[in-house]
Amino acid sequence: MVNKDDVVSVKIGGPAGTGVKSVGLMLAKIAARSGYQICDNTEYPSLIRGGHNVMQVNFSEREVTAPRVKSDLLIAFDQLTIDLHFSEIESGGGIIFDSDSKMDISKVSKDISLYGIPLKKLAFEAGEKNIFLNIVALSSAVGLLGGNIETFKKLIEEEYGDKGEKIIEADKKAADLGYNYVLENFKDDLHEYMTVIDSFSSPAPYMVISGNEAAALGAISAGMQFAAIYPMSPINNILHVLAANQEKFGYIYKQPEDEISAINMAIGASYAGVRSMTATSGGGFCLMTEAYGLAGITETPLVIIEGMRGGPATGLPTWSGQGDLQMILHSHQDEFSRIVLAPGDVEETYRLTAKAFDLADKYQTTAVVLIDKNICENDRTVMFPDVSNIKIDRGKLIKEKVEDYKRYEFSDDGVSTRSIPGVGNFFIANSDEHDEYGYSSEEVDMRNKMMNKRMQKLTSCSKNDMPAPEVYGPENADITILSWGSNKGSILEAIKSFSNVNYVHVTWMNPFPAEFLSKFLSKAKHIVDIECNYTGQLADIVKEKTGIDIKDRYLRSDGRVIYPEEIIEKLNSVKGVKKI
Amino acid sequence: MTLEELQTPCTPNWCPGCGNFNIWAAFKNAAVKEGWDNTNTALVAGIGCHGHILNFVKLTSFEGLHGRAIPVASGLKLANNRLNVFAHVGDGDCLGEGGNHFIHAARRNHNITVLLHDNALYALTAGQTSPATGKGVKTKSTPAGNPDEPIYPLALAIASGATFVARVYSGDMPKLTELIIEANKHKGFAVIDILQPCVTFNKICTHAMFLQNMYYLGKDYDPKNKIKALEKAYEFGEKRIPVGIFYKEEKPSLEDGYSQISAIPLVDQEPKLDSLTDLFKKYT
Repeated sequence: MVNKDDVVSVKIGGPAGTGVKSVGLMLAKIAARSGYQICDNTEYPSLIRGGHNVMQVNFSEREVTAPRVKSDLLIAFDQLTIDLHFSEIESGGGIIFDSDSKMDISKVSKDISLYGIPLKKLAFEAGEKNIFLNIVALSSAVGLLGGNIETFKKLIEEEYGDKGEKIIEADKKAADLGYNYVLENFKDDLHEYMTVIDSFSSPAPYMVISGNEAAALGAISAGMQFAAIYPMSPINNILHVLAANQEKFGYIYKQPEDEISAINMAIGASYAGVRSMTATSGGGFCLMTEAYGLAGITETPLVIIEGMRGGPATGLPTWSGQGDLQMILHSHQDEFSRIVLAPGDVEETYRLTAKAFDLADKYQTTAVVLIDKNICENDRTVMFPDVSNIKIDRGKLIKEKVEDYKRYEFSDDGVSTRSIPGVGNFFIANSDEHDEYGYSSEEVDMRNKMMNKRMQKLTSCSKNDMPAPEVYGPENADITILSWGSNKGSILEAIKSFSNVNYVHVTWMNPFPAEFLSKFLSKAKHIVDIECNYTGQLADIVKEKTGIDIKDRYLRSDGRVIYPEEIIEKLNSVKGVKKI
Repeated sequence: MTLEELQTPCTPNWCPGCGNFNIWAAFKNAAVKEGWDNTNTALVAGIGCHGHILNFVKLTSFEGLHGRAIPVASGLKLANNRLNVFAHVGDGDCLGEGGNHFIHAARRNHNITVLLHDNALYALTAGQTSPATGKGVKTKSTPAGNPDEPIYPLALAIASGATFVARVYSGDMPKLTELIIEANKHKGFAVIDILQPCVTFNKICTHAMFLQNMYYLGKDYDPKNKIKALEKAYEFGEKRIPVGIFYKEEKPSLEDGYSQISAIPLVDQEPKLDSLTDLFKKYT
């Protein structure tokens, strides 16, 4: 097996329930603990057992931001994995499979190294059970790649700590058996692709986390105290992390009866004075739509994480999509100031989730964090965030009694002093249009002033808080890519191949950086819009807000990752592109 | 607070003779008696004629959406379990649009008091059938008579797990006041079905009808017997409208199960972030 570039890609495939994801994550962690940065990608159908699961783990000494079409090493737990993925093995790559299972490898190209290993036999030798097969397979890969078997065994102890001594010992034995088998039987084909990096400081400075975990950790570190979340793919792992850590961090996670209850509970808790959130996918958000505007008109701070999948209706439950942008920007009757942030990777998800809590408090309105399934469920290495000096700014929140308190008092920035129940201040947080105290009012002048006040908040947020979008690549380019969300990773990998392509990455969807984009894009010679939705929703917003009509749109709505290779192919078709 | 202090600048806009006037007065009487004020109490309402009450009582409140008062009240109570939390709801509001929330909040036994303003139809939208309207009743949406069976709200509450279930007629203000106080003292999900006439649209459930047909559950009635309570909850007819406490059960409330709030309400705590780095390490 020979790797020809600076990223090693390992793909693991098998039926659901055979531990594809768990061994993939272990491989990612072994690499991270050895000093490498990782990026993985999981694809699976909406089933708990059966079906075909596949995970690709990419690691490199440099930051690796996207999965790729081709892999260097394929670990196949069944024939289907070989049949579906043999053509995706790089020339010079290899394939690990069970040598005793009579796998049909006749189609596999001659320049692929075959690592037939008695996986089942070794698994039974380790613990008389099939369940150790994936550990044998992974340890043989670790052996081939030059990884540290002790790192692997320590990880087994940590990850399987609750499974009992006997299981851990069998797992460790399985690890040794696979590793030693490779060392003895493939002596001339051992590599140093995953050896511990000398300059690397131990313990690892990296977490290996998904976007879901980043959102949960971001919320916890922002001082979130109440979360009500109804399960839905692809955001389930947010609630798993929050449920498991609630006693330790003192917040409450509650599973409600439906998404309507989830958002209303979170609004109730926020009204009571604690930082609150909910999370869902597009379908669940449809149910929340009614209360989205309730938070708007009552000016109750609220963070909503929306993890997008393909739709409409049930759509593609376990695949990705970016088709909910316009919905988040427009759903609910009439208008209110809504903040919408769209992180493009795991690290941004951590940062912007925490930021969303600050903005929701500061502007007393909703802040949506819009991510796609590829961000939700795929892992990346992220440096430990600096949490030594967290300051939680609750904005204009008061917990003391004041004379003649007015909850909705008019102000220049549209934000009033917010009090909470139980501190002596009377007010009505009112879903009816209301006056400054919160009493219902349908009087014309009051209505106009209240609308102005609430809408002013977005203008204030735009002026005070919104940064310019990040631009990657050369400042002066012949081709400019406009995109958002998880496409960022693939675009960053792709533009490395060109000298005259840059990328403008939009994370603030509302308020929207129209002024910057208007200036930046009007100078661009050729713009390519890349999105995972059918119409090019971001490009349409650009057209609406700047008048710039982007005609060249590379759009996908099949739920799959846009791979860097595909973006390179697209760019190659654009006139004037220069390859490095 | 005194009755005068509970007064707001707003004038009630219910129809003359509406049962809501009684509920409003009884609620304020209970507040004065028990010392409910803006340091210890919060109200939530749904949408319907009942919801207007928030404008007429000077206690801090949240006017939510049609059918959604209970989840707002639930979140509010979890975030500040020191407060007395009341959810004023309507029959169309809570049993129709919000039926799912009613069932599950009862099941979880949130420590809140639900005051169901039950006029057996939709009044604010001018007189359509509600889940509490009797079969055959003619309304604007059922001119040929309501084809549907009504929900028995108390039976639904008991079956769903509510731990304090009572019924009272709005016109009996002393009893209503007493029950509101008792429901609030009860630790757990308390529901009072308040039978109220809609003088404008409901020509069947009138003051006279309630007065002629209701009877008080006597001392021989045991509100601890769930099956008997369920049977009683289905009783409704000529000379057969029971009022009083149907069911009462002592057990821990939902809030009791959270160690996070056993000593201090969430809202009075600072977020605990000391072990963040330990949590990050779990992901290495």
